[in-house]
Amino acid sequence: MLLHTVNKSPFERNTLESCLRVCEDGAGILLIEDGVYGALDNTVVADLIKKRMGNIKFYVLGPDVDARGLGNQTMIDGIETVDFGGFVDLVEKHSATQSWL
Amino acid sequence: MEEEWDEDGPEVVKRFMYVNRKAPYGTVYALEMLEKVLIAAAFEQDVHVVFMDDGVYQLKKEQETKGINMKNFSPTFRALEGYDVEKLYVEKESLEARGLTVDDLVVPVEVLSSQDLKALMDKQEVILTA
Repeated sequence: MLLHTVNKSPFERNTLESCLRVCEDGAGILLIEDGVYGALDNTVVADLIKKRMGNIKFYVLGPDVDARGLGNQTMIDGIETVDFGGFVDLVEKHSATQSWL
Repeated sequence: MEEEWDEDGPEVVKRFMYVNRKAPYGTVYALEMLEKVLIAAAFEQDVHVVFMDDGVYQLKKEQETKGINMKNFSPTFRALEGYDVEKLYVEKESLEARGLTVDDLVVPVEVLSSQDLKALMDKQEVILTA
């Protein structure tokens, strides 16, 4: 199963949408850089992820969350926060990584 | 040498608007825009700074950038007052789409509807967007 990384804000680009469109159930999606805004709950784009929660495993990179002042914001239920070490572990446990740009 | 400019103020003052539409850190646009604002401030221009779309995230409180080895430039927004840059505006629709309120922001801002922003933008002489 693939690990997808998404680094663009879902408010500005359709990267997350495209990723979700071609993402197999069982795959992992890690939100990094400006992609972490997609992990926030109570936004107009939150449903993108909520609709696939349970079928796809979602992760968000903690240092990118903290940098953007989102540490205390409500994240979508079920998203797991990982650090850089966790990022490496995810890459290692998936068959390949699709780095969306 | 005496600088006449400093005594009398600038010869020409224009209405400048800076429209911030990008989130911080993912790209360099936000930081560069802040530098442009400071340049206009140094020339004592009538500066208006707008935050809309992902630009509102530039003002988010509690930014902690140590983990990504980048400089946290959000405190600079609080220092703008010292450069007489006090006209800060946030588009209401952009805040709401992101589930944010003014309490989430590092500086006091005026919240404008798209309608009000449209009118303010129309009055400007120079507009820069990034």
